[in-house]
Amino acid sequence: MKKSTDLASMAPGERGRITGLISGPGLVRRLEEIGLRVGQRVSKISGMPLRGPVVVQVGGTRVALGHGMAKKVIVETG
Amino acid sequence: MKKIVLMGNPNVGKSVLFHRLTGVQVIASNYPGTTVGFTRGFLTFPRDTPTPDGALFGPGERVEIIDAPGIYSLEAASRADRVAVEILEGADLVISVVDATNLERNLCLTLQLLEREVPVLVALNLWDETRHLGIEITPEKLEEMLGVPVVPTVAVSGEGIRRLVERLQEARPGGHPAREREERWPEMGRIVSSCQFLHHHHHTFLQRLSDLSVMPWTGLPLAALVLLAAFWLVRFIGESLIGYVADPIFEGLYLPLLEPLSEWLGPGSLLHSILIGRLIDGEIDFLQSFGVLTTGLYVELAMVLPYIISFYLVLSFLEDFGYLPRLAVLLDGLMHRVGLHGYAIIPTLLGLGCNVPAVMATRILENRRERFIAATLISIGVPCAALQAMIFGLVGARGGQYVAAVYFTLFMVWLILGFLMNRLVKGYSPELIIEIPHYRLPPPGPFFKKLRSRIVAFLKEALPVVTLAVLAVNLLYALDIFNILAGFFAPVVTVLFGLPREAIVPILIGLLRKDVAVGMLGPLNLSAGQLVVATTVLAMFFPCIATFAILLKELGWRDMLKSTGIMFVVAILVGSLLNLLL
Repeated sequence: MKKSTDLASMAPGERGRITGLISGPGLVRRLEEIGLRVGQRVSKISGMPLRGPVVVQVGGTRVALGHGMAKKVIVETG
Repeated sequence: MKKIVLMGNPNVGKSVLFHRLTGVQVIASNYPGTTVGFTRGFLTFPRDTPTPDGALFGPGERVEIIDAPGIYSLEAASRADRVAVEILEGADLVISVVDATNLERNLCLTLQLLEREVPVLVALNLWDETRHLGIEITPEKLEEMLGVPVVPTVAVSGEGIRRLVERLQEARPGGHPAREREERWPEMGRIVSSCQFLHHHHHTFLQRLSDLSVMPWTGLPLAALVLLAAFWLVRFIGESLIGYVADPIFEGLYLPLLEPLSEWLGPGSLLHSILIGRLIDGEIDFLQSFGVLTTGLYVELAMVLPYIISFYLVLSFLEDFGYLPRLAVLLDGLMHRVGLHGYAIIPTLLGLGCNVPAVMATRILENRRERFIAATLISIGVPCAALQAMIFGLVGARGGQYVAAVYFTLFMVWLILGFLMNRLVKGYSPELIIEIPHYRLPPPGPFFKKLRSRIVAFLKEALPVVTLAVLAVNLLYALDIFNILAGFFAPVVTVLFGLPREAIVPILIGLLRKDVAVGMLGPLNLSAGQLVVATTVLAMFFPCIATFAILLKELGWRDMLKSTGIMFVVAILVGSLLNLLL
């Protein structure tokens, strides 16, 4: 069953597809440039405790992004 | 002269390729943002260069090559981005350097370049790594899709560089229509799906290690292990070099040369006191004589240089292996408490070598506030390798607990001051967003070249200033300026810090070089507690002249003055406090 979540809330090891970037144009541009675009497949590698950064795999790269940014990347899993 | 510009995303190997093309040594590391300014070099086409019709360059023609900072897009956002775009304006040809292991994302910038009028050639770099990752790319197909020459390269080994130089002749404008951002994404997908095939592959050991080092429960213990091992290695290599190489050379080979010189100059003459210094019990003492040729050279070459070598050996390995961005992720939480994000750990670690490149490296941070906080914290709380070598040598001789006291104090100052600045300096620190590079075993050639260029840079900068500092000290005493200064500064030094009047000179010399300054504390017969106070104050008080210059350049005079003011006040406060406690 498909469910909608975000990069910060996903569990390590979970996979999904990006369905939305909920942010202003500046951050959207940065996310897109580093490879986090709508339609891309992502898998979560880890998240640091205490709202620390989140590490995800997208395409051929691993990207680390702050917890707040990760919340803005909406993902459909399952 | 025609200009060729190297452009690409961060950490795709532009600087290594630049070095291959021009022979100019630049610092390259395995993390995004190593190149913060730009470097120029020259390439001369071989005399026997074939020149087909429409060739861009003649045989033997000399062209300028420019290594630009890495950017993701020409729609410039940050300061580094704008620098890159300005460089592009004057280019006659662009080499679009692409990370073959991450083709799709890298194509975004390439497509933007192909929409311009400038001739483009694509270097498909890191070609060797595609194999381990199960990526198969057909360069001919990619060339057909893009409409410009595509050459696979492995910059670190030199593979493909000759071919790249040959095919520069065929570079041409891409002639792509100007696209909107949203139109580029499907185009990138279309190109990649036509020329790239992904094989299923098992994770390699390095990939597994990569995941473990960013997961909290394995990553933090690993980080502690890495940092402890690094510290131990730096000490072990540094002490071994001093004990088995530097000291024997100075005592066995150099001293016998100095003794006749000392006799010939005649102790007591002005030249003798400048070159050789004072004789201690009728003998030259490398630690106490304080001449340009005795203590000056001994401090730099026998006490500091071994640590410079061992520190950069270990740091360069961590850099090139790709560990530092992972450390940034793990420490992001801590760094946010001091008003920075995790990536600031990179300039901070560089600062343990030398504060000058560290302050320059703060350019990888995004805003002014972060750069100000990072530069100030580095100048106050991060002792450079030269200073640390002297702390180990001098304070360490009284017992490890005193060295620990100096480090603990500096770390607390760093932490508390950072916490306060985070509260008091207006603005906020942005969140971290970085690409984490693959782990790579550093190839020995480029690795040792980088080490050598760092050591040469140290010697070039240090030796003249040290000579100047020792000269200044001897003149201060000879011309009796010392007493005037002593009268002026005595209250601070004697009352607040509890140090003898003579300690004023080392503290002033600290403005030139801190290692020499600590060396000057040796002959003062300080108690262990006084030594801790004096070295800690020296570490925090004013930056050395080289750091001062770079702070001015990077922060502007207003922020530099603020930063120096903070150092001054904090050094006096902490020095007085330590004096009360010890």
